[in-house]
Amino acid sequence: MNQAVKNDNPDNDELDRRIVMATQSGLPVVANPYSQIAEQLEIPTQLLMDRLEAMKQDNRIRRIGVVPNHYKLGYTANGMSVWDVDDSIINEVGEQLGQLDMVTHCYQRPRFLPEWSYNLFAMVHGHDREEVRAKVEQIATLLGNKARKHDILFSTRILKKTGLRLKDKG
Amino acid sequence: MDQLDKNIINTLQYDFPICDRPFARLAETLNSTEDELINRVQAMLDSGLLTRFGPMYNAVNMGGALSLCAMKVPEEKFNEVTEQVNAFAEVAHNYQRDHEMNMWFVLATESQQELNDTLNAIENSTGIRVYNMPKEKEFFVGLHFKA
Repeated sequence: MNQAVKNDNPDNDELDRRIVMATQSGLPVVANPYSQIAEQLEIPTQLLMDRLEAMKQDNRIRRIGVVPNHYKLGYTANGMSVWDVDDSIINEVGEQLGQLDMVTHCYQRPRFLPEWSYNLFAMVHGHDREEVRAKVEQIATLLGNKARKHDILFSTRILKKTGLRLKDKG
Repeated sequence: MDQLDKNIINTLQYDFPICDRPFARLAETLNSTEDELINRVQAMLDSGLLTRFGPMYNAVNMGGALSLCAMKVPEEKFNEVTEQVNAFAEVAHNYQRDHEMNMWFVLATESQQELNDTLNAIENSTGIRVYNMPKEKEFFVGLHFKA
Protein backbone atom coordinates (compact mmCIF):
# COMPACT_ATOMS: atom_id res chain seq x y z
CA MET A 1 0.00 0.00 0.00
CA ASN A 2 2.75 2.42 0.91
CA GLN A 3 4.47 2.77 -2.45
CA ALA A 4 6.17 6.12 -2.15
CA VAL A 5 8.01 7.04 -5.30
CA LYS A 6 11.67 7.69 -4.57
CA ASN A 7 13.73 10.15 -6.51
CA ASP A 8 17.01 8.98 -8.05
CA ASN A 9 18.55 12.11 -6.65
CA PRO A 10 17.59 12.55 -2.96
CA ASP A 11 18.25 16.29 -3.26
CA ASN A 12 15.00 16.44 -5.16
CA ASP A 13 12.93 15.05 -2.27
CA GLU A 14 13.04 18.26 -0.25
CA LEU A 15 12.54 20.40 -3.35
CA ASP A 16 9.54 18.32 -4.43
CA ARG A 17 8.04 18.63 -0.98
CA ARG A 18 8.37 22.41 -1.15
CA ILE A 19 6.75 22.39 -4.59
CA VAL A 20 3.83 20.32 -3.27
CA MET A 21 3.37 22.70 -0.34
CA ALA A 22 3.40 25.71 -2.66
CA THR A 23 0.90 24.27 -5.17
CA GLN A 24 -1.42 21.92 -3.25
CA SER A 25 -4.01 24.64 -2.81
CA GLY A 26 -3.73 25.52 -6.52
CA LEU A 27 -1.83 27.53 -9.11
CA PRO A 28 -2.22 31.30 -9.48
CA VAL A 29 -4.55 32.20 -12.35
CA VAL A 30 -2.09 34.38 -14.25
CA ALA A 31 -0.33 34.32 -17.64
CA ASN A 32 2.84 32.79 -16.16
CA PRO A 33 1.73 30.63 -13.20
CA TYR A 34 4.90 28.53 -13.09
CA SER A 35 7.34 31.44 -12.99
CA GLN A 36 5.27 33.01 -10.22
CA ILE A 37 5.53 29.85 -8.08
CA ALA A 38 9.24 29.50 -8.96
CA GLU A 39 9.88 33.05 -7.80
CA GLN A 40 8.09 32.34 -4.53
CA LEU A 41 10.30 29.25 -4.02
CA GLU A 42 13.40 31.11 -5.22
CA ILE A 43 14.24 28.51 -7.86
CA PRO A 44 14.56 28.81 -11.66
CA THR A 45 11.27 28.41 -13.57
CA GLN A 46 12.79 25.69 -15.74
CA LEU A 47 13.69 23.64 -12.65
CA LEU A 48 10.12 23.91 -11.35
CA MET A 49 8.71 22.83 -14.71
CA ASP A 50 11.17 19.91 -14.88
CA ARG A 51 10.19 18.72 -11.38
CA LEU A 52 6.46 18.96 -12.17
CA GLU A 53 7.05 17.03 -15.37
CA ALA A 54 9.02 14.38 -13.42
CA MET A 55 6.23 14.05 -10.83
CA LYS A 56 3.71 13.64 -13.66
CA GLN A 57 5.86 10.95 -15.25
CA ASP A 58 6.02 8.84 -12.08
CA ASN A 59 2.36 9.53 -11.27
CA ARG A 60 2.86 11.54 -8.11
CA ILE A 61 0.85 14.12 -10.03
CA ARG A 62 -2.19 12.59 -11.71
CA ARG A 63 -2.69 15.63 -13.91
CA ILE A 64 -2.66 19.41 -13.86
CA GLY A 65 -5.96 21.09 -14.59
CA VAL A 66 -9.34 22.17 -13.25
CA VAL A 67 -11.84 20.31 -11.07
CA PRO A 68 -15.45 21.26 -11.78
CA ASN A 69 -18.06 21.24 -9.04
CA HIS A 70 -20.17 18.38 -10.40
CA TYR A 71 -23.24 19.52 -8.46
CA LYS A 72 -23.13 22.86 -10.26
CA LEU A 73 -22.83 21.07 -13.60
CA GLY A 74 -26.10 19.32 -12.76
CA TYR A 75 -24.68 15.94 -11.75
CA THR A 76 -26.43 15.85 -8.39
CA ALA A 77 -26.75 12.08 -7.98
CA ASN A 78 -23.81 9.82 -7.31
CA GLY A 79 -23.98 6.11 -6.82
CA MET A 80 -21.15 3.89 -5.74
CA SER A 81 -21.71 0.78 -7.84
CA VAL A 82 -20.09 -2.34 -6.43
CA TRP A 83 -19.52 -5.59 -8.32
CA ASP A 84 -18.58 -9.14 -7.43
CA VAL A 85 -16.21 -10.19 -10.21
CA ASP A 86 -14.01 -13.26 -10.36
CA ASP A 87 -10.42 -12.27 -9.53
CA SER A 88 -9.18 -13.95 -12.71
CA ILE A 89 -11.01 -11.47 -14.95
CA ILE A 90 -10.99 -8.35 -12.81
CA ASN A 91 -8.37 -6.52 -14.90
CA GLU A 92 -10.38 -6.99 -18.07
CA VAL A 93 -13.65 -5.94 -16.39
CA GLY A 94 -12.05 -2.99 -14.57
CA GLU A 95 -10.63 -1.60 -17.79
CA GLN A 96 -13.99 -2.10 -19.50
CA LEU A 97 -15.80 -0.14 -16.76
CA GLY A 98 -13.23 2.64 -16.67
CA GLN A 99 -13.89 3.46 -20.30
CA LEU A 100 -17.62 4.00 -19.83
CA ASP A 101 -19.16 7.45 -19.85
CA MET A 102 -20.05 8.67 -16.31
CA VAL A 103 -17.70 6.31 -14.47
CA THR A 104 -15.29 8.68 -12.70
CA HIS A 105 -13.37 6.28 -10.45
CA CYS A 106 -12.82 2.55 -10.76
CA TYR A 107 -10.95 0.51 -8.16
CA GLN A 108 -10.36 -3.06 -7.07
CA ARG A 109 -10.76 -3.40 -3.28
CA PRO A 110 -10.61 -6.33 -0.83
CA ARG A 111 -13.67 -8.48 -0.05
CA PHE A 112 -14.85 -9.26 3.48
CA LEU A 113 -16.58 -12.62 3.20
CA PRO A 114 -19.25 -13.52 3.95
CA GLU A 115 -20.78 -10.08 4.55
CA TRP A 116 -19.11 -8.16 1.70
CA SER A 117 -18.39 -9.98 -1.56
CA TYR A 118 -17.87 -6.95 -3.83
CA ASN A 119 -14.33 -6.41 -5.10
CA LEU A 120 -14.81 -3.84 -7.87
CA PHE A 121 -16.02 -0.29 -7.17
CA ALA A 122 -17.12 2.16 -9.88
CA MET A 123 -18.45 5.62 -9.06
CA VAL A 124 -21.31 6.50 -11.39
CA HIS A 125 -22.64 10.05 -11.65
CA GLY A 126 -25.90 11.28 -13.12
CA HIS A 127 -28.37 14.13 -13.12
CA ASP A 128 -30.68 12.09 -10.88
CA ARG A 129 -30.90 8.65 -9.29
CA GLU A 130 -32.91 7.24 -12.18
CA GLU A 131 -30.12 8.11 -14.59
CA VAL A 132 -27.55 6.48 -12.29
CA ARG A 133 -29.71 3.34 -11.97
CA ALA A 134 -30.18 3.16 -15.74
CA LYS A 135 -26.44 3.52 -16.25
CA VAL A 136 -25.67 0.77 -13.76
CA GLU A 137 -28.21 -1.51 -15.47
CA GLN A 138 -26.49 -0.84 -18.80
CA ILE A 139 -23.19 -1.83 -17.22
CA ALA A 140 -24.77 -4.99 -15.78
CA THR A 141 -26.10 -5.93 -19.21
CA LEU A 142 -22.73 -5.26 -20.77
CA LEU A 143 -20.91 -7.42 -18.22
CA GLY A 144 -23.45 -10.25 -18.39
CA ASN A 145 -22.24 -13.23 -16.39
CA LYS A 146 -18.84 -11.67 -15.75
CA ALA A 147 -20.39 -10.08 -12.66
CA ARG A 148 -21.95 -12.48 -10.16
CA LYS A 149 -23.89 -9.70 -8.44
CA HIS A 150 -23.90 -5.97 -7.95
CA ASP A 151 -25.45 -3.21 -5.89
CA ILE A 152 -25.61 0.61 -5.87
CA LEU A 153 -24.96 2.62 -2.73
CA PHE A 154 -26.36 6.13 -3.05
CA SER A 155 -25.01 8.82 -0.80
CA THR A 156 -27.74 10.28 1.38
CA ARG A 157 -25.67 12.86 3.25
CA ILE A 158 -22.19 14.39 3.15
CA LEU A 159 -20.95 14.07 6.72
CA LYS A 160 -17.54 15.62 6.17
CA LYS A 161 -15.57 16.95 3.24
CA THR A 162 -12.11 18.42 3.54
CA GLY A 163 -9.25 18.36 1.08
CA LEU A 164 -6.22 16.16 1.38
CA ARG A 165 -3.34 18.17 2.77
CA LEU A 166 0.31 17.53 3.46
CA LYS A 167 1.11 18.79 6.91
CA ASP A 168 3.72 21.51 7.10
CA LYS A 169 6.72 19.94 8.80
CA GLY A 170 8.26 23.39 9.11
CA MET B 1 -22.04 29.26 -18.57
CA ASP B 2 -21.60 29.67 -22.32
CA GLN B 3 -19.92 27.49 -24.92
CA LEU B 4 -16.45 28.88 -24.15
CA ASP B 5 -16.85 28.08 -20.43
CA LYS B 6 -17.94 24.56 -21.35
CA ASN B 7 -15.00 24.12 -23.70
CA ILE B 8 -12.63 25.36 -21.00
CA ILE B 9 -14.03 22.90 -18.45
CA ASN B 10 -13.98 20.00 -20.89
CA THR B 11 -10.42 20.74 -22.05
CA LEU B 12 -8.78 21.73 -18.77
CA GLN B 13 -10.05 18.66 -16.93
CA TYR B 14 -7.58 16.63 -18.95
CA ASP B 15 -4.38 18.59 -19.15
CA PHE B 16 -3.04 22.05 -18.46
CA PRO B 17 0.31 22.47 -20.24
CA ILE B 18 3.59 22.93 -18.39
CA CYS B 19 5.23 25.84 -20.25
CA ASP B 20 5.99 29.54 -19.80
CA ARG B 21 2.63 30.81 -21.08
CA PRO B 22 0.15 27.93 -20.75
CA PHE B 23 -3.00 30.04 -21.26
CA ALA B 24 -1.51 31.52 -24.43
CA ARG B 25 -0.90 28.02 -25.75
CA LEU B 26 -4.46 26.94 -24.88
CA ALA B 27 -5.91 30.05 -26.51
CA GLU B 28 -5.06 28.64 -29.93
CA THR B 29 -6.94 25.37 -29.45
CA LEU B 30 -9.87 27.04 -27.68
CA ASN B 31 -10.13 29.78 -30.27
CA SER B 32 -9.83 32.50 -27.63
CA THR B 33 -7.18 34.77 -26.14
CA GLU B 34 -4.83 34.43 -23.19
CA ASP B 35 -6.56 37.24 -21.24
CA GLU B 36 -10.02 35.89 -21.92
CA LEU B 37 -9.10 32.39 -20.67
CA ILE B 38 -7.52 33.77 -17.50
CA ASN B 39 -10.62 35.86 -16.80
CA ARG B 40 -12.96 32.95 -17.45
CA VAL B 41 -11.06 30.49 -15.21
CA GLN B 42 -10.89 33.07 -12.40
CA ALA B 43 -14.61 33.84 -12.75
CA MET B 44 -15.53 30.15 -12.62
CA LEU B 45 -13.37 29.67 -9.51
CA ASP B 46 -15.05 32.69 -7.91
CA SER B 47 -18.54 31.42 -8.70
CA GLY B 48 -17.75 27.93 -7.43
CA LEU B 49 -18.29 26.26 -10.81
CA LEU B 50 -14.65 25.17 -10.50
CA THR B 51 -13.42 23.98 -7.13
CA ARG B 52 -9.74 23.76 -8.03
CA PHE B 53 -7.08 24.75 -10.52
CA GLY B 54 -3.62 23.20 -10.28
CA PRO B 55 -1.81 19.87 -9.90
CA MET B 56 -3.78 16.90 -8.52
CA TYR B 57 -1.38 15.00 -6.30
CA ASN B 58 -1.58 11.26 -5.78
CA ALA B 59 -1.37 10.90 -1.98
CA VAL B 60 -0.14 7.30 -2.00
CA ASN B 61 2.64 7.96 -4.49
CA MET B 62 3.67 10.99 -2.41
CA GLY B 63 4.51 8.60 0.44
CA GLY B 64 1.24 8.87 2.32
CA ALA B 65 -1.48 6.29 2.82
CA LEU B 66 -5.10 6.49 1.74
CA SER B 67 -7.97 4.11 2.31
CA LEU B 68 -11.72 3.82 1.97
CA CYS B 69 -13.30 2.53 5.18
CA ALA B 70 -16.84 1.38 5.90
CA MET B 71 -18.86 0.86 9.07
CA LYS B 72 -22.26 -0.58 9.93
CA VAL B 73 -23.58 2.03 12.33
CA PRO B 74 -26.84 1.37 14.22
CA GLU B 75 -29.40 4.03 13.23
CA GLU B 76 -29.90 5.27 16.81
CA LYS B 77 -26.16 5.85 17.25
CA PHE B 78 -25.57 7.42 13.84
CA ASN B 79 -25.16 11.06 14.89
CA GLU B 80 -22.99 10.21 17.86
CA VAL B 81 -20.69 8.00 15.76
CA THR B 82 -20.53 10.66 13.03
CA GLU B 83 -19.16 13.12 15.57
CA GLN B 84 -16.66 10.59 16.91
CA VAL B 85 -15.40 9.67 13.42
CA ASN B 86 -15.31 13.23 12.06
CA ALA B 87 -13.28 14.35 15.07
CA PHE B 88 -10.28 12.56 13.56
CA ALA B 89 -8.32 14.98 11.36
CA GLU B 90 -7.23 11.97 9.27
CA VAL B 91 -10.84 11.52 8.07
CA ALA B 92 -10.90 13.50 4.83
CA HIS B 93 -14.39 12.68 3.47
CA ASN B 94 -17.30 10.96 5.13
CA TYR B 95 -20.56 9.98 3.44
CA GLN B 96 -23.75 8.38 4.67
CA ARG B 97 -24.98 5.75 2.18
CA ASP B 98 -28.21 3.80 1.97
CA HIS B 99 -26.94 0.31 2.79
CA GLU B 100 -26.30 -1.83 5.85
CA MET B 101 -22.74 -0.50 5.52
CA ASN B 102 -24.02 3.02 6.01
CA MET B 103 -20.93 5.09 6.81
CA TRP B 104 -18.11 5.40 4.26
CA PHE B 105 -15.08 7.55 4.89
CA VAL B 106 -11.65 8.17 3.41
CA LEU B 107 -8.64 8.09 5.71
CA ALA B 108 -5.58 10.04 4.55
CA THR B 109 -2.35 9.90 6.53
CA GLU B 110 1.34 10.42 5.90
CA SER B 111 2.27 6.77 6.55
CA GLN B 112 0.77 3.28 6.61
CA GLN B 113 1.53 3.00 10.33
CA GLU B 114 -0.41 6.19 11.03
CA LEU B 115 -3.32 4.84 8.99
CA ASN B 116 -3.43 1.58 10.99
CA ASP B 117 -3.21 3.50 14.27
CA THR B 118 -6.06 5.80 13.27
CA LEU B 119 -8.20 2.85 12.23
CA ASN B 120 -7.69 1.20 15.62
CA ALA B 121 -8.40 4.46 17.43
CA ILE B 122 -11.70 4.84 15.54
CA GLU B 123 -12.71 1.28 16.48
CA ASN B 124 -11.83 1.94 20.11
CA SER B 125 -13.64 5.25 20.26
CA THR B 126 -16.84 3.99 18.57
CA GLY B 127 -16.85 0.32 19.56
CA ILE B 128 -17.74 -0.53 15.96
CA ARG B 129 -15.75 -2.60 13.49
CA VAL B 130 -14.08 -0.67 10.66
CA TYR B 131 -13.87 -2.47 7.30
CA ASN B 132 -10.63 -1.27 5.72
CA MET B 133 -10.86 -1.31 1.91
CA PRO B 134 -7.71 0.27 0.44
CA LYS B 135 -7.53 0.22 -3.32
CA GLU B 136 -5.65 -2.79 -4.63
CA LYS B 137 -5.71 -1.58 -8.18
CA GLU B 138 -6.86 1.58 -9.93
CA PHE B 139 -8.28 1.28 -13.43
CA PHE B 140 -7.81 3.98 -16.01
CA VAL B 141 -10.83 6.26 -16.30
CA GLY B 142 -11.20 7.74 -19.75
CA LEU B 143 -13.86 10.41 -19.36
CA HIS B 144 -14.48 13.22 -16.96
CA PHE B 145 -17.54 15.39 -16.39
CA LYS B 146 -18.97 16.85 -19.55
CA ALA B 147 -20.14 20.45 -19.06
